[in-house]
Formats: sequence, structure tokens, C-alpha cells
Amino acid sequence: MTASSNTTSGESAASFALELQKISKSFGLVQANKDIDLRIEKGTIHGIIGENGAGKSTLMNILYGLHRADSGDMFIDGKPAKIKGSADALSLGIGMVHQHFMLIPRFTVLENVMLGSEGGALLGAGRVATAQRLQELGQTFDMVVDPDALVSDLNVGMRQRVEILKALKSGANILILDEPTGVLTPQEATQLFEILDKLRDNGVTVLLITHKLAEIMAITDNVSIMRRGEMVGHRKTSETNPQELAELMVGREVLLNVEKPEANPSDVALSVSGLGCYSSRGHKILDNLNFEVRAGEILGIAGVSGNGQTPLMEVLAGMRKPDEGQFEILGTTITADTHVTPSDMRANGIGHIPEDRHKHGLVLEFEAYENMVLGFHDTSVTGEKRLMDRKHMIAHCAERMEEYDIRPRAPHLPAKNFSGGNQQKIVVAREMYENPKLLIVGEPTRGVDVGAIEFIHKQLIALRDQGCAVVLVSVELDEIMGLSDRIMVMNKGEEVATISGADADAQKLGLMMAGISEGAGA
Amino acid sequence: MSNVKPLPRWADLLLLPLINLCAAFFICGIVVWMIGENPIEALSVMIKGAFYYPGSLGYTLNYTTNFMFTGLAVATAFHAGLFNIGGEGQAYVSSLGIVFVIAVFAPFLPALLVILLCIPAAAIMGGVWAFIPGYLQAKRGSHVVITTIMFNFLAFALMVWLLAGPLLERGQQSPQTPKIPDNAILPKMETALGWFGMDIASSPLNLSFIVALVASFIFWILIWKTRLGYQIRTVGKNQDAAHYAGINVSRIIIITMMISGAFAGLLAVNAVMGVQHRVVLNYTAGYGFTGIAVALMGRNHPIGIFFASLLFGALFQGGAELDFEFQSITRDMVLLIQGMIILFSGALAYMFSPSLSRVITGLSRKEASHD
Repeated sequence: MTASSNTTSGESAASFALELQKISKSFGLVQANKDIDLRIEKGTIHGIIGENGAGKSTLMNILYGLHRADSGDMFIDGKPAKIKGSADALSLGIGMVHQHFMLIPRFTVLENVMLGSEGGALLGAGRVATAQRLQELGQTFDMVVDPDALVSDLNVGMRQRVEILKALKSGANILILDEPTGVLTPQEATQLFEILDKLRDNGVTVLLITHKLAEIMAITDNVSIMRRGEMVGHRKTSETNPQELAELMVGREVLLNVEKPEANPSDVALSVSGLGCYSSRGHKILDNLNFEVRAGEILGIAGVSGNGQTPLMEVLAGMRKPDEGQFEILGTTITADTHVTPSDMRANGIGHIPEDRHKHGLVLEFEAYENMVLGFHDTSVTGEKRLMDRKHMIAHCAERMEEYDIRPRAPHLPAKNFSGGNQQKIVVAREMYENPKLLIVGEPTRGVDVGAIEFIHKQLIALRDQGCAVVLVSVELDEIMGLSDRIMVMNKGEEVATISGADADAQKLGLMMAGISEGAGA
Repeated sequence: MSNVKPLPRWADLLLLPLINLCAAFFICGIVVWMIGENPIEALSVMIKGAFYYPGSLGYTLNYTTNFMFTGLAVATAFHAGLFNIGGEGQAYVSSLGIVFVIAVFAPFLPALLVILLCIPAAAIMGGVWAFIPGYLQAKRGSHVVITTIMFNFLAFALMVWLLAGPLLERGQQSPQTPKIPDNAILPKMETALGWFGMDIASSPLNLSFIVALVASFIFWILIWKTRLGYQIRTVGKNQDAAHYAGINVSRIIIITMMISGAFAGLLAVNAVMGVQHRVVLNYTAGYGFTGIAVALMGRNHPIGIFFASLLFGALFQGGAELDFEFQSITRDMVLLIQGMIILFSGALAYMFSPSLSRVITGLSRKEASHD
């Protein structure tokens, strides 16, 4: 907003839209940010990359006034800035697009954008002004959105656009985007990048927070890397590469692509025919699915999240009954009339790594050793005695922690006190322990750091090579393409196409995820 | 530095509740002072009344027994994430189990067997009364808080009708059953200890206190040692994870409610077989409700529940003494103290936690620098 600042202060600092000096912030004993220095040049796209828990979100929340730094200074356009709340941030021209959208679905686009600038008790004037502003912004940045559409009718990409417009309307010239592509298809992500380009061309400074290396490489000018609350490096994007960034993030050498030998599929482990499911409201969420998975292969299921992957996994794991069709799983046929429980499925040799470890995979308040037997509490991992054998369970947990390098090695620590990656390793260790013949895996590396991703991917491939059939559901295309021997793409509960892993590329999968099946045969 | 360390375990479990308790007594002391009495004197009267005078400990422990049963009941449900407000009704209706066993077996069985049959009968009846709210919660989603409250009213109505009608003692004007036969009476503690040559003052305390201790032990085994307990706790902490783990959530909810009701039902063993020797109107006297505070204060652990019960028992007994000794203090003062204790150790349980933590951290730092 204050573009005139360039002329008033001729110092070199003025060429930075934002400068942070020695910002520190701790929560109790946890030092979330330590002496953070950051300089962001005007009119650039600056990436901030780091593993989960590296302190990226804390830093952005300080910038946006949601947290207050314990110490350190902040300069905007070279001038010292005190941000005590998001209202201060807004008035200084900082806007934020949150990972989870802050829109009211039952309001129209215009009503959502108008929030915060209603302009008096009656809405008339504010409405007209906002509509005009929306049109201007839409033209400047090529972001045309129907102002009268209900937000609930928009797709995710469009909703994000509304969020961006909302920030720009308030005069933001520094825009913070927190993990913006997490919910987008590859095509939508490309469109977002085009918008970001336009913003940059018009002098807006963009801060992009992400843990995806590919995005950093694709769109940013500069990148800062965070690890354990500290800035560990700043690079010009043109002068770095994904390998270097990954190593800076993790602090050691990592394999971005896990070595995968040729698959050796044998007997059919899972055969699905005509499977269908309805939601509690009567919508069809799975529609006439037919596929097979053989022992020794990984079937990847790609799709934008919410296109039937969740109910499919639940049905296969015995958590939900199919409404139509049937499937034969390790020799047991299951139809709508079969009474089956997740325990039956486990006893049958099925492992299930759920997509949401906090909701399903773990009891966060339970200690690690108690979580290590979740779902297996009736088996010998809890001991052979009539009562649960605590010593036996703790020893079992300690062994798994050693084997899967779960840190800290503390069977008594509540699950909630482990990092995301180590929590996931607890689930993986538990589900792989009984050597399942069929493993259902959902989002195995969501919110997991790069080091743990490598480990989990290796485990999945090793399990496959032992002759386990793996069904892998993931919204991360890199993961799907890196691990799967065959890929089934789902859209609206239906199979769009199934292609071999070798034939897949992001472009093709992206089209299929949008429901377009042309070129599937190629 | 404003770093706040989590409290060490001993401070969390012992020191903090003690501080909360002191705070509650302090506020009550101010009230006593304001109505013109000496708070120190009042406190000493209460303590003497609860523990010191001959027989007073027996009275206190008798109340403690009741609180333990209802406290365990609330805690059981709480471990499954359920709020059983129906302890009152469950404890009331459970006397019907005792009445039934006495009617059928007392005429020809010896005392030991009759008693050993009556105890589970009371528990089962309490469990049955809790089954319907449990079933409705599990299968129909009717909230257990609402249904257990409703079942309290149903229990009151049912018992009034039975005590004033079918079960009424012949020729009796007040609604109560006839006296139970001698072979269904639980021996008093003074009698039982007399068998071992010990001599204590006379009080209503009876062997149901032992039943309460056994029930506490069973509770501990059930919740932390059995697979059922593991399933109960899983359901309580995360129902989605329980479903994922193959635990039948509805079944666990129903079973937990029944076990909870069974603990509450044991209160009838004390009230009917130990103290009154008949079923009288309103013998539950609010124990079911106070059990909620007991469980809360006792952190749903049997040892905590024991001490919380002892505290509330002492308040009941010492409060009566207070009423007797002071002209201007009535029994209502006990309600005030109870209320303060519930406020400080329930609602404001962690109010002193940060400052206490700073003190402890400060002390340990000093120690470290001296070494």
C-alpha cells in the first residue's frame, strides 16, 4: 500500500519487502523458532521449505500476528513493524491464505470477500465497492470468479482463488500461502502457479510455504530452508537442486526416489467385482469398481482426495459394509450380507495403515506400547496370559522401535508426543509386524518428514518383494508413481482407468484424476 | 524466561490436590469468619468430629464406603468417555436384587451364602438399570447423560411405589420394607474385629467397607490389566480408532454402562444389609451425585477415589459435628465446603499448576547451582 516508502528511505533495506532479524519464539520447552533471519526481496516469490515441525508455520503465524515473537525485530519496506494481531498485519499489507480455507460455504463469493469491509450498518455501499474491486483485481491478475456464485458450489481451486482475492482486496502486497497445493490436482496447481506469476509481475511479494521440493523448484526465485526451528540456508532457486534442498532439510543425505526392482506378481490376493457403496445421505460414493491385486505387486490408487478412496479402504479393511457387489480377499468372499469386522480381516492376514493416523491409527493419549497393540489386543503380542502382559508389550514395543528406528525409543511416551514421522512409524511397525499378505495403505507419508518418507517407502517395497499384495492410496502423485506397479485412477467413486506404473506421468494422471480418460490406453 | 515445565508426577498427584483443598478450606474459613465464628476452631471441631471422637472414624468410613462405590461407578463410565449421572437410581433400584435374593434364599440358606448371593444380586440389579441407557446410547445415540437422569426419576418413582405398596411392611406408616432376616445382615466392623480380639467403638461401619476395597481392586485390574479394560479405554479416548481396531464400540458402551451400574448398585449392600437392615425411602441420599465429584477429584483412579471418598466422608461426619457445636453454623456449611472443594479440585483443578511449576523449577535450579 505504501509504495512511496521507496522514495522516502533511500537505504538498501528498502528493496526488501520484508526483513526479519533474530526472531525467536518458544512454546514451553519447545523452541519453535530460534534467531530467524530472513530477507525477502520485493516482487519475488520466496519459498520457505522445511519438514513438519521445522517451525515454518510458527514463523508465518508470527508474521501474520497470530503469535508474538519472544524476541527479534521485523521490518516491512525497511521500516520497523510491530505486529500485535492480524489486523496490524493486514494494515501493513500482509495477507495470508491458510492451508484450510477460511471461507463461509453458504455465502456467495462477494459476501465472503466483503467480510471485514462491510462499510457500515447497511451493506449496499460496501457491496458495490467490493464488487468493483473484485472486478478490477480479476482483470489485473486474470482471476475471474463469478461474484454471485455460492462458495459451496466452487471447486477447491476456485475457492483458493477466492481466498487470494480476499487477501488482495484488503490491500495485501505481501501474500503468504501456507501449503497451497495440498488439496489441488496437478492442473489446478499449475493454474495457481500462473496466478502467482501474475502477482509477481504486478509487484506483489509472495511467500510460499511448502514441504514439496518440486514446487520450490518450479515457481520460486529464492528459497530459505528451515530445520528444527532454525534457518539452515538461503539459496537462489536457480543455483540449487532438489537433492541439496532435501539434504539441508533433513540434515543428512536422502534418497528422493527409492530403488525399486521389477515386480514379480503371483496369485490374486484381492479381487473386486461390481463394488458399490452409498453414503449415509444416499449418495453413491463407490460405483461399480472392478480390479485385482496380486501378491507381490503394488496397486496405486490415485485421485483427488474425496473421490472414494476413503470408503474403498474402509470396505477392504472391514470397517464398512459394501452395499453392492462383492470382493474376494485372501480367499474369503465378502458381500453386503457378510458379517465381517476389522478384527476378522486382521486375523485373515490383512494389514491396514489408515490415511488419518490421528483419527484412526493411534489413540494419541495412549502410551506408545499401548498403541503398538491397537487392533491386536486379542493376539499374542499382548502376552499369553489371561490378563494383558504389560512387560511383554513394552518389550515388544521396544523391539519394534529399534527395528523401525522410532525416536525417541520411549515405550512409555504418549503417542501425541512423538513427531508426525515417528507416529506414522509406530503405525507402520504395528501393521507390518504380523507379515500381512495384503496391506492397505492410505497416505503413508502425509505430514511425514523426508527422512521418514524414504524409510517408509523402502519398507513398502520390501514387503512387496516378500510377496505381499499392497493397495496404496495417495494424493501425492510422486508417491504413486514412485511406488506403484499399476495405477488405478479414481474420480467420483468410479474407476477412470488403470495403467501400468511405467506408463504414468503427472500430466496423464492429472487429466485422469479430473475424470478424463482419453489417452488411458496409450 | 516464561518457560513452564510440566509438573512432576508426585506434585501433580499429591501436592496440587492438596493445594486445591487448602484453597477451598481457606475460602470457607473466610465465610466462617464473616458469620462471626473462629475458622480454626471450626476446622478443629470438624476434624475431631470426623476422626477423633470415639466411633467417629467408623461413621466417616461408613460414608467413605458409599462414596467409593458411586465414585468407582462414575469413573468406570468415564474411562469409556461416558458420563453416568444415574448412580443415584442404579444404587436405589439395586436393593431390589437384595430383596429378591432374601425372599427366595434366606429361608433355607446359611448367612454366609445369603450374603455372598446378595452382593452380586445388588450389582446385577444396578447393572440392569444402567443397561437401558447404555443400550440407547450405543444403538440409538440417545445421550447417556439425559437418559441416566431420566432413569433416576424412574427409579425414584418405582421405589416409592414399591415401598409404599407391595414391599411395605405390614402395619407400617412410613414407606419401608420389613427388617431383613438375620442371615442377610452384614456384620458390623466392631463385631468382625471382635472375632480377632480387637475392640473398637461402636459405629455403623460394617464389612461392606471390605467389599468397597475389593471393588476398588477389581476396578484397577479391569481398567488397566484386562483386554476389556483396554477396549474400554480405547473407546473412551478415540472411538474412530476403536472401530478401526476392530473393537465393537456399541458393545463396549453397553458393557461399560452395566459395569458402572454394578459398582453403583453395591451401595445397597452397605445401606440395606449393613446399616438400615431394611430398604428405606431415599437411602441413596445424593451419594450417586457426589460420586461424580469423587471420581473427578480422584482422577478416575481407585487410590484417588479412596482418598476423595475419605475426604467427603469426613466432611459429612465432621459437618454434622459442626452443626452440633456451633449455634450459627448449620449443616449447610458442609454443602458450601463441598461446593468449594468441587470448584477448586474439579473446575479449577489446574489453576495453581503454572505457579506451582515455576516454584518447583526454581527450587530445583537452586539445588542444581548449589551442587
